[in-house]
Amino acid sequence: MISLLLKRISHGLLVLWVVATLTFLLLRLAPGGPFDSERKLPPEVIANLEAKYHLDEPVWQQYLRYLSAIARGDFGPSYKYLDRGVSEIIADTLPTSAVLGGLALLFALLIAFPAGLLAAYFRNSAIDRLCMFVATLGISLPNFLLGAFLIWLVALQLGWLQVGRWDDGLSAILPTITLGAAPAAYLAALLRSTLIETLGEDFVRTARAKGLQESIVLVKHALCHSLIPVLTVMGPLAAALLTGSFVVEYVFAIPGMGRFFITAVTDRDYPLIMGVTLVYTALLVCTNLLVDVLYGYVDPRIRVQ
Amino acid sequence: MRDPTPAKSITLNPILALCAAYLALVLFIAVLAPWISPYAAGGLEEQRLLENPSWTHWMGTDGLGRDLLTRIFYGARVSITVGLGTSLIALVIGTAYGLVAGFKGGNWDHFMMRIVDIFYGLPDMLIFILLSLVFGRNIGGLLVALALVSWVRFARIARGQVLQIKELLFVEAAGALGASRARILLRHILPNLVAPLIVTLTFSIPSAILAESTLSFIGIGINDPYSNWGTSWGTLAQDGYRAMRSHPHVIAFPAAAIFLTILAFNTLGNGVRDLLDPKQR
Repeated sequence: MISLLLKRISHGLLVLWVVATLTFLLLRLAPGGPFDSERKLPPEVIANLEAKYHLDEPVWQQYLRYLSAIARGDFGPSYKYLDRGVSEIIADTLPTSAVLGGLALLFALLIAFPAGLLAAYFRNSAIDRLCMFVATLGISLPNFLLGAFLIWLVALQLGWLQVGRWDDGLSAILPTITLGAAPAAYLAALLRSTLIETLGEDFVRTARAKGLQESIVLVKHALCHSLIPVLTVMGPLAAALLTGSFVVEYVFAIPGMGRFFITAVTDRDYPLIMGVTLVYTALLVCTNLLVDVLYGYVDPRIRVQ
Repeated sequence: MRDPTPAKSITLNPILALCAAYLALVLFIAVLAPWISPYAAGGLEEQRLLENPSWTHWMGTDGLGRDLLTRIFYGARVSITVGLGTSLIALVIGTAYGLVAGFKGGNWDHFMMRIVDIFYGLPDMLIFILLSLVFGRNIGGLLVALALVSWVRFARIARGQVLQIKELLFVEAAGALGASRARILLRHILPNLVAPLIVTLTFSIPSAILAESTLSFIGIGINDPYSNWGTSWGTLAQDGYRAMRSHPHVIAFPAAAIFLTILAFNTLGNGVRDLLDPKQR
């Protein structure tokens, strides 16, 4: 288990290094610079700006400077927000995105587990078909459209909630549903197919033959066994929540990291783009590590290997 | 092993037939947009801003007085090109890569799949946004960027299948009969990959369309309203989103186009998977 963990951590560090290097190279290749504007700046001003941000150094020197800085957790200055560094912006906006992502994940799990269980248990019934129909709709409906539709229906037509604010619990409802809907649909469909397979296994028949209550058979024997595939998709799911948050924060005007990322891309604020990319990658690497540890708990066979 | 039933059951299943018919219609519109559109691309009518649907403008007009039906027709070109184009590029690159990795095995396989793992773990959208900074916001750059993101799925599927198939007896027999490695790979192993690759392809098309329309919606996708390529449905939805409070029709039509197209591809994908791999049902 320890050696597996060490291997995973080194793999994670490798991923971070590759992403840091690739982002650095990509942004050096990108046409146009952060200081291109409608009105051309005088060459002296450009030279001064480049000297300030070390853009006049050879590329390899910039690369080493950048790597050693991020190793110390310093993502450098932002080109756009002159009063705040990139690390500061990330520290300010990450909690908002994390809350939104956490709520959406919770929402997805709360919907997916009952729906998946019901659909699998009453396989090929009307309930099953309804659940899977809704799941297909959920997977196919892009989150920006769902968000726009919810704003139109709940805020503009019905007037139940206000949008464009992020201050109390009520303002989180619509963004949470928007971000969590696709993962909920995806998880429900996955859980259903795994459970159907599990319910046909011999140990489930044995559990029933022993005269156990149906609820215990379903939850303790079948559901626990079906958790492994669900855990496996947690990594991609976390990735989906992260990128989903770009869109949802944009649609609902939430001051999170995703929204800053989008504006950084349109502004060509390279240090901010690199900083946010690395934070996202680090989050994913940590999620995958956590999933690997959880595997060991859910499936004792993996711990032994 | 050639079972004639698959083609038959597609026509028998009304939902799948409906999806296929809808997608054929979208394809038809995408190809023939300049000839069947009721108005010229980019034609403005200053007197008719944000008009509701009527007999002259079936889907109404947008904030600049452009006919929405025409814009949707042209937008189909973007979606279809992106969906099919990226998926086909990714299919070719990914399959070749996976075939080589799986067939070579050993350290080669380990190294090649480590690269795939790194790409696979990252969010598509993130890589894609970074790549679009380099390649620019035109349809060619978008195709390259999206293909670079989605080839790993094909590589993983192909490699996994090759690992299984190359141990089978008929491969050994072909080798014993003196077939070259290239011949074994192309004549004996590749045909067995067709079914899972088709399923992956069917699901990869809607996710490319989804990625493209999402990027366009948040303002970093294709935006080129005056060329024959038209404007992405995602950009149309973005335009409509701004006018949603007073004129919901401007977002409703592009939204329906995006949703129905993705839904049709996903439903068709599920159908194809069930047909080709009955165990999954």
